[in-house]
Amino acid sequence: MNGAQPMRLAAGGAIDRARPLGFTFDGRAYAGFAGDTLASALLANGVRLMGRSFKYHRPRGPWGAGAEEPNALVELRTGARREPNTRATVIELFDGLVAQSQNRWPSLRFDVMGVNGLFAPIFTAGFYYKTFMWPASFWEKLYEPIIRRAAGLGRAAREPDPDEYDRSHLFCDVLVIGAGPAGLAAALAAARSGARVVLADEDVRPGGRLLAEAHEIDSAPGVLWAERVAGELAGMANVTLLARTTVFGLFDHGAFAALERVADHLPEPAPHQVRQRLWRIQARRAVLAAGAIERPIAFGGNDRPGVMAASAVRAYLHRWAVLPGRRGVVFTASDDGWRTADALLAAGASVEAVVDARPDPPAALMRAAGARGLRVHAGAQVVGTHGHLGLQAVDVRLPSGSSLGIDCDLLAVSGGWNPTVHLASHQGAKPVWDAALAAFVPGRLPEGLAVAGAAAGRFTLAACLADGAEAGRAAASACGHAAAPLVLPRAADEPAAQAAFFHVPGPRGKAFVDFQNDVTVKDVKQAAREGYRSVEHAKRYTTLGMATDQGKTANVVGLAILAEATGRSIEATGTTIFRPPYTPVAMGAIVGHHRGRDFRPARHTPMHDWAAENGASFVEVGPWYRAQWYARPGEKGWRDSVDREAEAVRRAVGVCDVSTLGKIEVVGRDAAAFLDFVYTSMISTLPVGRVRYGLMLREDGLVFDDGTCARMGPERFFITTTTANAGRVMQHLEFCHQVLKPAMDVSFLSVTDRWAQVSIAGPRSRDLVAMLVGPGVDLSTAAFPHMSAAEVEVCGQVPARLFRLSFSGEMAYELGVPADFGDALMRHIMQVGAPLGLVPYGTEALSVLRVEKGHPAGGELNGHTTARDLGLGGMMSRKKDYVGRRLAERPAFTDPARPILVGFKPVDRGQELKSGAHFLDPGAEARIENDQGYMTSVAFSPALGHSIGLGLLARGRERIGQQVRAYDPVRNRDIVVEVCHPVFIDPEGDRTRG
Amino acid sequence: MRYSVFSLIRNAFSGHTDWPAAWREPEPRAYYDTIIVGGGGHGLATAYYLAKEHGVTDLAVVEKGYLGSGNVGRNTTIIRSNYLMPANTGFYEWSLKLWEGLEQDFNFNAMVSQRGVLNLFHSDAQRDASARRGNAMRLNGVDAELLDREQVRRMVPLLDMENARFPVKGGLLQPRGGTVRHDAVAWGYARGADQRGVDLLQNCEVTGIRVQDGRVVGVETTRGFIGARRVGLACAGHSSHVAAMAGLRLPIETHVLQAFVSEGVKPVLDQVVTYGAGHFYISQSDKGGLVFGGDLDGYNSYAQRGNMPVVEEVMEMGLQLFPAFSRLRYVRQWGGVMDMSMDGSPIIDRTPIAGLYLNCGWCYGGFKATPASGWCFAWTIAKDEPHRLNAGFRLDRFATGHVIDEKGAGTTPNLH
Amino acid sequence: MRIPCPYCGERGNEEFLYLGSAVLERPAPDASAEAWVDYVHMRDNPRGPGAEFMQHVQGCRAWLIVRRDTLTHAILSVAPARAARGGGA
Repeated sequence: MNGAQPMRLAAGGAIDRARPLGFTFDGRAYAGFAGDTLASALLANGVRLMGRSFKYHRPRGPWGAGAEEPNALVELRTGARREPNTRATVIELFDGLVAQSQNRWPSLRFDVMGVNGLFAPIFTAGFYYKTFMWPASFWEKLYEPIIRRAAGLGRAAREPDPDEYDRSHLFCDVLVIGAGPAGLAAALAAARSGARVVLADEDVRPGGRLLAEAHEIDSAPGVLWAERVAGELAGMANVTLLARTTVFGLFDHGAFAALERVADHLPEPAPHQVRQRLWRIQARRAVLAAGAIERPIAFGGNDRPGVMAASAVRAYLHRWAVLPGRRGVVFTASDDGWRTADALLAAGASVEAVVDARPDPPAALMRAAGARGLRVHAGAQVVGTHGHLGLQAVDVRLPSGSSLGIDCDLLAVSGGWNPTVHLASHQGAKPVWDAALAAFVPGRLPEGLAVAGAAAGRFTLAACLADGAEAGRAAASACGHAAAPLVLPRAADEPAAQAAFFHVPGPRGKAFVDFQNDVTVKDVKQAAREGYRSVEHAKRYTTLGMATDQGKTANVVGLAILAEATGRSIEATGTTIFRPPYTPVAMGAIVGHHRGRDFRPARHTPMHDWAAENGASFVEVGPWYRAQWYARPGEKGWRDSVDREAEAVRRAVGVCDVSTLGKIEVVGRDAAAFLDFVYTSMISTLPVGRVRYGLMLREDGLVFDDGTCARMGPERFFITTTTANAGRVMQHLEFCHQVLKPAMDVSFLSVTDRWAQVSIAGPRSRDLVAMLVGPGVDLSTAAFPHMSAAEVEVCGQVPARLFRLSFSGEMAYELGVPADFGDALMRHIMQVGAPLGLVPYGTEALSVLRVEKGHPAGGELNGHTTARDLGLGGMMSRKKDYVGRRLAERPAFTDPARPILVGFKPVDRGQELKSGAHFLDPGAEARIENDQGYMTSVAFSPALGHSIGLGLLARGRERIGQQVRAYDPVRNRDIVVEVCHPVFIDPEGDRTRG
Repeated sequence: MRYSVFSLIRNAFSGHTDWPAAWREPEPRAYYDTIIVGGGGHGLATAYYLAKEHGVTDLAVVEKGYLGSGNVGRNTTIIRSNYLMPANTGFYEWSLKLWEGLEQDFNFNAMVSQRGVLNLFHSDAQRDASARRGNAMRLNGVDAELLDREQVRRMVPLLDMENARFPVKGGLLQPRGGTVRHDAVAWGYARGADQRGVDLLQNCEVTGIRVQDGRVVGVETTRGFIGARRVGLACAGHSSHVAAMAGLRLPIETHVLQAFVSEGVKPVLDQVVTYGAGHFYISQSDKGGLVFGGDLDGYNSYAQRGNMPVVEEVMEMGLQLFPAFSRLRYVRQWGGVMDMSMDGSPIIDRTPIAGLYLNCGWCYGGFKATPASGWCFAWTIAKDEPHRLNAGFRLDRFATGHVIDEKGAGTTPNLH
Repeated sequence: MRIPCPYCGERGNEEFLYLGSAVLERPAPDASAEAWVDYVHMRDNPRGPGAEFMQHVQGCRAWLIVRRDTLTHAILSVAPARAARGGGA
């Protein structure tokens, strides 16, 4: 097998050699092992060219071995599952994996866009702000299309995602973020104290850096300790272990967001398995033990495939048994880098030199290196590299100033460690520079968060274990759990000094700070020179840290160079703050199941199924689906159905499902007084058994909602609201009561869902209602006139409420029954009503009928209109205080020139009116100064045989009989209309009251 | 040094070491004729137009952080003038006209990209409202087109036209709307103002406004007292507490608005698209990232960060429109603090204190307004009276009832 | 954000409706126009601690006076509005 994987070591690693896996990269087949990442498997196969950079299309190989990877980005999977910009270093290998390189043409090895590198002298920081301006019209036509095509890295899928996602919640005492030595110690200490613990780690295995190092704990490999601790935690009922789970955000009051990659390690999720799950974790205390990320050093050609983080080299050697190169050079500014030399030697590679930028590396290290025969150059620097698609040699500048070329295929770089402080700054606290550590450490911590281990700047193993255990104990204790005695495992503190060394002066070639975005040392210096001296300016001007790796490797190096260029300390320069998410998160995971038709709940009325059986077309009205019309065989379009339905109501009788109207019971000794306060008109004078039309204003004096108010008893009212405002009216009533009138004895119950309600309208409606409520109810106008209410029974057994109300202008009733009876009621009504010529009608016919009667509805109740605008000024009582009364008196609202509600007919009756047309005086120029108002609602009136409309027209009432233009340029229409009274049918109301 | 392809090439030969700083970092003087408080987009634009159009160069902009550290650097970069209310349409159209000539005017490429803004609608009622708005725009001389479902489908092929909970019925398109590289706007105005002699004072926080006999005489700052005859406030989300230093109480609530950007990908979306059955807007930047946002978090906040409920809501709307974006990853989210006014429209006006001028109430609309806001505010300060274009943006309109409420949402700022 | 509702315990802010500064006194019907405009349109908009109305709309539906720091989002206290107005909780 090793024959196919030339760089795979013969033994070792946390890979399962018994489980070989096949995969392809750019169409070529390779093999790896279970436990590999795509990057480790490609390296094992001798492939180190994995990507191209953003701007110069430079050939790139993996820099790291984890989530911080800026270079090795690929398109993973194909078709609808294609995921661009996926870091090869964190892709768990599976059998049949397909990956492609991106941002190159025609191929990764030969990318013609590499010519961009030739223009590098021009493509400098912010160059695009200085050119592409002439002529102005060329930006959209020429420059921008070229830039857009060149920009972006991978290609997004173009089909809907076939996978499912989930959202879940967790509550715990202590959340531990990271399952490295500190995190495991923290979780164990907290869990043994009895706290409810959640331990989350982005990796599939516990251990963190232990997986990548040769550290020993209790005289055995550290990985075994990690496994043992994880095993103990897994067996505890108070612990939840979340592997493959990245905690990516910290929000207010201990709320964390985490992404669990449930099935990303599989070719595709199993049936009914989600691909990823968003966890929202509510933790009383949290321990951030996210470790640290090694930072690069900027020097000439530091981006060539084969230049790699020293820690990543150890990870590939130890965890994946992969040799990243046969002839290595180590370039370090920290003690830690030296261990890579040992690891390479142990794996059988040669180490050509250790180049330590520090003039005086620790003597112990020097001695040990001497004992191994290592060539060490202290106080030296790598100034340049060679090799086209991969590293072949490096140039070293010795302290003497002379230069030395060293052939090698691997350069392990250690610029020191940056604590992974990201989550600690999600609440806005900036990390602070610790000069002794030469690193940024967490600043002021959010309440409840502790930081432990390398994330807190404690880089050595024994310190991590002790720090984690203490943080875990303290967190559990803060949650009221007495600490259990804990014996710390035995471990050593390895040498871990690091210098603040960020870039090599006088580099040969480009020295990259941000690999992915191709930001160089020169760019940062140029930004500073041009006045972009604030760290935010420099970041934004150069795009430093704004790539998909979110600056995990680039930011600190970049700001250190900025500090130097501006002659300030790193401390004074400061850093940008990290924002969520810690690593990029798929939008699908945030959305979970709330997508497609399941975006929002669908509300169906009790009669929905009946309507569907009877040819209804449904329309979304807020969360509801309402029957819009009921098509009959032979009808050629919706107009046929709607005309028929409206005509039937005017001629005989129709039934309409109005269950979606908001319905509220208002009960209490002060119910009447309270309603006087929220409605414009007087309600307290309403007799029991009578109904009044009511208008509510907002406190700013504009119309809020309208509906009916029925007095069912001396202290009991039943009010209705529009469908759209049902929820808001309820909130408003509760506010008015609890905040403004708390002493009033009144309570509210929303009963919208409790009552199925129908409107029965038309000249024969009384006959139909009589059949429903039986002979015991006197429906004569004398006994039960228009605007009456009564409690009745339907079919002699179902309790019901009957109202005589009309929206259509015909004699009409509304009948409500408990929701469970709604379906049966509708079927019964249809049966008994058939001989009367009964038809069901939908919201369209309802709208036709109300426009014919001039009733305001949604188009008019739009938050811009006053009661007077709607012709309802008479409903504004002068005898009492009510919400909105006072501010409705403001000059602008009482201006007689305001547009008010009138009716419109096309002068040429054959023409169709359109809502949204604006009114202009005939002959007036089409300019906004001449705008006279607009059409709010239109309908084709079957009764009149032509189109009619309602609209708001300046001084409309004075202009009845005159003509205006209905100007509608967005629909290429411009017609002459006649202003008329807004009530088109039966203005005297005889049919309503009849 | 003038920016051009020639200066760029010339500088390439000298390794770009000769570029002058885009602006100076002067020490504050003891007195300026005029001080603008707030070095964000609006403040810098005001300074630029005061210097350029009105010859006011004894002028300083005082900024508590770095130039452009406010909402000009943390928005979704959309420009448009598709407004309904006459007081807004004319103003925003003037802003769009200024955008159209801005880069040549201030010699800085802000990547003004008129890729079109498409507002989707999902019901007949919304179609009628869109028509009303489109017609109002046309009456104002603004471009507007009403598209039907099929036209929308052709224009934005990745839109979900089949499985959405609230199906798309059409859209109102403003072809001249689009996006602008937001930081470049601040930098371009800053450089232009600096070149005309304006002092841009960074890290200079105003801690007090000194008023004598009803007249402003200067500002206290963390870098000392600076005298001035005229002071203009352009402090966005911080307007209330800065105005309070002069004893003013404003019709403003400060709210947090989050925004998001995805990893960069090859072009998938050419227009700015907004959702009609909720609040969501998205475009793709020239770098390839999808830039999007939605509603306010809903509560008053001066913290530049939001919470998860709105993150979920925003992404839900995003995938309602574009289910193919489900596997795209977002890389960054951030929050800006918005000066939400009581009617959703801005205030550019004098104040009861002589020499003190106010520019605030931009809600989410501030970025697109930047040029016209600066232009009108400069006029108002220079002439001590509003220009015709900002005549409606009066502070006393709430007393008279001449509110400019696009959405009809009333005095609930988090609904505007 | 987590808001400790006096009736339902600590709940996520998505269950609450926010309605601006908690100004308890509605002006008298005959108060000056200025008083009314001030009540309806003007806000202190505190930067730091302040009191605001929230309704636990997906819970007990109580209108609450939440004292909260707008700079840090820290919740300082929560009380039912009715109690504050002497209407009894």
